[in-house]
Amino acid sequence: MSLFLFWLFALLTVIFGAAVVINRNPVASALSLVVSFLGLAALFMSLNAYFIGIIQVLVYAGAVMVLFLFIIMLLDLRVEERHQINWLASAGGLAVALILLSQIFSVVGHLPIAHNAFPPLPGSTIDDVRNIGAALFGNYNLPFQIIGVLVLVATIGVVLLSKREPR
Amino acid sequence: MITLGDYLIVSGILFVIGFAGVMLRRNLIIILMSLELMLNAANLSLVAFSRFRVDSNGLPNYNAQVFVFFIITVAAAEVAVGLAILVALYRARQTTDVKDISSLKF
Repeated sequence: MSLFLFWLFALLTVIFGAAVVINRNPVASALSLVVSFLGLAALFMSLNAYFIGIIQVLVYAGAVMVLFLFIIMLLDLRVEERHQINWLASAGGLAVALILLSQIFSVVGHLPIAHNAFPPLPGSTIDDVRNIGAALFGNYNLPFQIIGVLVLVATIGVVLLSKREPR
Repeated sequence: MITLGDYLIVSGILFVIGFAGVMLRRNLIIILMSLELMLNAANLSLVAFSRFRVDSNGLPNYNAQVFVFFIITVAAAEVAVGLAILVALYRARQTTDVKDISSLKF
């Protein structure tokens, strides 16, 4: 059953991820990205990372995608008209991507631990919010503070960037 | 049986899709979305490795999950700044096509 669910959500993630790139309509791309992120959140939960899965749904599928959709609507982007495709450049980009893919496949294929199943967890439930919180406020306290400053700087930067300059 | 390799393959495919989006598409919004896809592919492999390394207490290695938390935070900030730059650009040039923004092209 869990094997079936893994492949279901993996296919969902990959197919809708590909739809993001293939769709010509930006709104359709953004909605495909939401589905892809939800599939990814399910994959996180299948790895017993419940906190990360919830954060994925809240931050990505919620906040970030609303931001994307808001900007798409604000700029009133239409479906791109079909313009002249530079076949040479597209083929080059695709070739680089395929080379990268084959490289990843060969690395994963040659990695000895990649053929091992995941070790079982002793308890049926794990207290991962508590453990991540302990790591975040204990061992990783300084990076956590720095990330707070980063978010503040980003907020101020966005306000400054979107301020209309007086002419 | 689901192995570590299966998750790594899914993560690799997702990364390559995002990479192809950055290489092939010309709309800046789609390029930003593809960047998000690539960041998430990295997150998936980090979480898979975290679950794979069970320590002596029988818990996954939470260092990787804290790292994923930081990546998600930085990515959210990055999207906000990127979209603000996009709006400023659209105001100045009325376009989001990378082909029309070639002032710095060598």
